[in-house]
Amino acid sequence: MTAQVVEALVHAAIKFAILVPGFVLALAALMSWIERRQSAMIQDRVGPNRASIGGVRAWGLFHIIADTLKFALKENIVPRGSNPLLFRLAPFMAMAPALIVFAVMPVGPTNRWVVSNLDVGILFIFAIGSLSVYGATIAGWSSNNNFSLLGALRVSAQMISYEVSLALNLVGVFMVFGSINLQTIIEGQGALLGGVLPKWGIVVQPVAFFLFLAASIAETKRTPFDAPEGEPELVSGYFTEYSGLALATWFLTEFAAVIMVAMMATAVFFGGWQIPWLPPTPALVATWWFQIACVMAFFAKTLFFVWVQMQLRWTLLRMRYDQIMTMGWKYILPISLANVLVTGLFLLLTR
Amino acid sequence: MSTETVREYLTEEEEDRIGLHTQEMILNMGPSHPATHGTVKFTLRLEGETIRDLDPDIGYLHRGFEKMCENATYTHAFPYTDRLNYCSPFINNVGYALAVEKLLGIEITERCKYVRTIISELHRISDHLTCLAATSLELGAFTVFLYGVQSREEIYVLTEEICGARLTVSYVRIGGLTDDLPESFADHWKLVKRRLDKNLYDIDKLIGRNRIFIDRMQNTGILDTETAISYGCTGPFLRACGVEYDVRDAAPYLVYDRLDWTMPTGTRGDNWDRFLIRLAEIEQSISMIDQCIEQMPEGPVRIDDWRVVLPPKDEVYNSIEAMMAHFKLIMEGLKVPPGEVYSYTEGANGELGFFIVSDGSGKPSRVHVRPPCYHLVAALPEIMRGKLIQDLVPTFDTINMIGGEIDR
Amino acid sequence: MQAYAHRGDECVVVARDQLVAVATHCRDEPSMHFDMVVDITAIDHLETFDEFRFEVVYHLYSLPHKHRLRIKVRLDEDDVHVPSVSGVWKGALWTERETYDMFGILFDGHPDLRRLLLYPEFEGHPLRKDYGFADIQPLVPLTDIGVPMSLGTPFAGTNRERGIAVGEGTSAAGKALIPQTTAFKPDVVYK
Repeated sequence: MTAQVVEALVHAAIKFAILVPGFVLALAALMSWIERRQSAMIQDRVGPNRASIGGVRAWGLFHIIADTLKFALKENIVPRGSNPLLFRLAPFMAMAPALIVFAVMPVGPTNRWVVSNLDVGILFIFAIGSLSVYGATIAGWSSNNNFSLLGALRVSAQMISYEVSLALNLVGVFMVFGSINLQTIIEGQGALLGGVLPKWGIVVQPVAFFLFLAASIAETKRTPFDAPEGEPELVSGYFTEYSGLALATWFLTEFAAVIMVAMMATAVFFGGWQIPWLPPTPALVATWWFQIACVMAFFAKTLFFVWVQMQLRWTLLRMRYDQIMTMGWKYILPISLANVLVTGLFLLLTR
Repeated sequence: MSTETVREYLTEEEEDRIGLHTQEMILNMGPSHPATHGTVKFTLRLEGETIRDLDPDIGYLHRGFEKMCENATYTHAFPYTDRLNYCSPFINNVGYALAVEKLLGIEITERCKYVRTIISELHRISDHLTCLAATSLELGAFTVFLYGVQSREEIYVLTEEICGARLTVSYVRIGGLTDDLPESFADHWKLVKRRLDKNLYDIDKLIGRNRIFIDRMQNTGILDTETAISYGCTGPFLRACGVEYDVRDAAPYLVYDRLDWTMPTGTRGDNWDRFLIRLAEIEQSISMIDQCIEQMPEGPVRIDDWRVVLPPKDEVYNSIEAMMAHFKLIMEGLKVPPGEVYSYTEGANGELGFFIVSDGSGKPSRVHVRPPCYHLVAALPEIMRGKLIQDLVPTFDTINMIGGEIDR
Repeated sequence: MQAYAHRGDECVVVARDQLVAVATHCRDEPSMHFDMVVDITAIDHLETFDEFRFEVVYHLYSLPHKHRLRIKVRLDEDDVHVPSVSGVWKGALWTERETYDMFGILFDGHPDLRRLLLYPEFEGHPLRKDYGFADIQPLVPLTDIGVPMSLGTPFAGTNRERGIAVGEGTSAAGKALIPQTTAFKPDVVYK
């Protein structure tokens, strides 16, 4: 019995170690480069392309290494008057939940491809994901800086407000697929509606998808919802006082959150690892090449949503704090409630 | 104060009763802060996100312009005026030259008038572009910022072709200019205009109908017309309030009365109106430059009076009169008859006034400049009181405070 | 009262005690309607004066009539008081502050007569003619702005003293946020 538990733990740890540092963190590091190159393309300029190793530039990919080195070599300043313990702890309090949530994300068709296939998968993501607000709030408060404090107040209010809408948007999906287990939801999206259209979340819950995207971008605190870090008035919001690797941790947290949003959108609304018009029959699922193809499909969809978020980040402007709140409480929340109501009525009538 | 406001903020006794104490937060914004480009410090008294009071603290760029002018000849002051509004140095040059010429009572040549109009309008475009770009940047539209600054760069290149400098131009002289426009100017301007038109079109497409941008700009930073007039606000700020006041129209100088142009005015006096007015004024300025190039006569750009302008170099080396005039002008400076004048031109942000007092010597006894944005920043506490802290950003941007000008 | 014009600029010299009355009349009289004070400044006639040393200059503009007027008030060297017109035009609030800053002319009744461009510890008034071009200001000792905010009571007590940083160094830029310690000393002292 104990041996089984240990074995399961070891398996989970290995899978987590492959998924999170191997994919999420690597992608997050890559995103710092993607973000700058993509914004450069939008803005008709070159962007970072100069870092080279032995004359090889590789489209500026070595900037990732250069940036990491730069962050690592800078002093980690702890401001006078701050609480040094909480100040140092805060980035990790924010980053740990942002990484843990990946544990329940099924990236492939069988249980082999998920760290832990929890029955309460999405609830786990919400429960752990909301913990990262503590990190940001404590960071802002412990910095002993008024800008940070204002940023912390904004971030806590914004994240808590949008969490409500975020969860409500997914209720409609739960009702359609009859489960909150992510693997079950993804499997449910393999069917074809009327024999043509894949029964993806976006097809059965289109309104929820767009509201989900808006609310989840607000959760990641990126433009147009980046009032907590609102650069022109709050300098950098709650992480104004951070420097060196602690600052890099904040960036990683943000990018991890972006990847998580992309994965959620993929899993819940875009069929997860499903390849459209290729129903996963048990015989097919048993083959290794199909499993690999499914994983590739999942990551391709994830990358697409990362790109979508980058595009939004660089084409939209910053909203005012009260406008963000108005949008969350007065528009997104009532519409999601109405969406749940309509979905429920529809399900009742067609049963 | 409305009853709503009273209900919103509890009295101290009420706070005591329910055991909930709120305190105002003092926030120092600046002088090194992303929003305060141009080094100014705001001391904000905040109640949550609401600004209870605001104290702009200027003077971080003070270098004693007025005192320096008292120690320099009239011509020496031109480089100092370049550094007043560094977004539009030509306008300052022209404004100062017009003031001294008014004091001297001389009339400049026709071609010089046209050239001065052209360069003023050129830098009005540059100033407005800087303002629009900065406003967009601070609201998150980095792309628009780059587009605006790219257009400004084109104007800088053109400026360099005119006078050899990009920023510190010192192009205008009392009684004329250092030199005529280069021959290639008209062709180069056509090229700049084409790119400018394209960039303006792109900027308009990017944010002109953007809901988020309009929501941030509309109904923020409003000052009612009476208060704005009482504060002495001028320029796009006052025109956004619906007052048709433009020095180019009210007291036409140079050749503005011969040009066909319209004055855009707003209705609400908010940030959005100011933004649109600046966009519209860029178009007007482009059309004015075109008209000037069309109408511009041939002829000298300096007056033929060696008591005021330096004689040409070959005359200096070959005739004793020119040599003497050159020596007197360089060593003693231009002798201006005693008196005092206040001369006003339309700067990019409003009325740019120069008050010059002469005691008859080669150096001005007193030079005072009325920077247009000074009165706008003075009104800023009145605009921002009771508003959100995030509204300060677009409001401060559309006020377009220029550090070199306000601090002198 | 004395009136003259030079190069088309009309100018009226008024007595000091009548200034506010004249200003109010200029603003309210419909035929004048000077609704805007464009600028306020002063002139120091140190080299040439016999009766008065300072002249305070008000430039007025009327938007509806499009005309301008300059009002002057002449002041003795040892009695540099002028009534403030900030109650008539709000535009006088900052311009009077600046004139006080630069010339040391005191505007009676001004609600907030502080230095505007220079820092509070500045000695003298630089646009007076007796202030030399090369005069150097003394160093201002560093001011302790109090205990840094402690974490237990982040916003207890009066914030005003803690929040507003006060002067440091000789330059206006020294008014920036200063380090919250008295141990900081500038390395270079400019003489």
